[in-house]
Amino acid sequence: MQRVSIQTEDFDLGAEVAALRAGDAGVGAVASFIGTVRERIEQQGDGQHEGQSVSEMELEHYPGMTERSIEHMIDEAMRRFDIRAARVVHRVGRLAAGAQIMMVAVAAAHRGQAFQACEFLMDYLKTQAPFWKKETTPEGSRWVDARVADDAALARWGIAAGNATGAAA
Amino acid sequence: MPMPVQIRFFASLREALGAHEQLQVPQGATLGEVRDRLIACSPRHAEALARTRTLRGAINQVMCDEASVVPEGAEVAFFPPVTGG
Repeated sequence: MQRVSIQTEDFDLGAEVAALRAGDAGVGAVASFIGTVRERIEQQGDGQHEGQSVSEMELEHYPGMTERSIEHMIDEAMRRFDIRAARVVHRVGRLAAGAQIMMVAVAAAHRGQAFQACEFLMDYLKTQAPFWKKETTPEGSRWVDARVADDAALARWGIAAGNATGAAA
Repeated sequence: MPMPVQIRFFASLREALGAHEQLQVPQGATLGEVRDRLIACSPRHAEALARTRTLRGAINQVMCDEASVVPEGAEVAFFPPVTGG
């Protein structure tokens, strides 16, 4: 089954999970995550964007590299965790406030490995997959800043992200 | 012998510099040296690719650090830190 989809259309988590575990009687746990467009920008470090409302978001990516990098992440998750299957769907283009942006689902025999692999994939994707978000607010459009906390999240797994804070090497 | 490399920009860099350009670089040039050559191209390049900015780069669609050597005919990309998910 296809593991990675980059698409403009919305997705149905229920249908994706059903397909992910179809025909595998060894699956006893599925963990999933959905990211959505937040309508209100949380307080930023500079204090300038506090409480602005997001009316729309535009997602850009690097076609080809995006798919390749997420395939690599799933390979890495399969090596690190005892999981049976994983699926990542990420939308690009214009997304309205409240819309679904992306999902990760992981099937495993037991929940522990499913939860961990799901979180690992999210931490990896946040800092290593070439997507960029641009938010539109009543004050205008702005590119979203990368967060140092996301680099720290990947570091928990022993991987230097080098995203928000610059190259790790 | 100079060699051609295809350069791609994304997100805020694409807005500032356009999506594509071609550049001649010396054989064995590193990703950092390609960035320096681009910086020397125009004031707009110097501003967008300034060393004070945190940027990331890729060679043939794989994230690389600036010490990585660019092979002949490579696709090189520069972009801001990623913000998907």
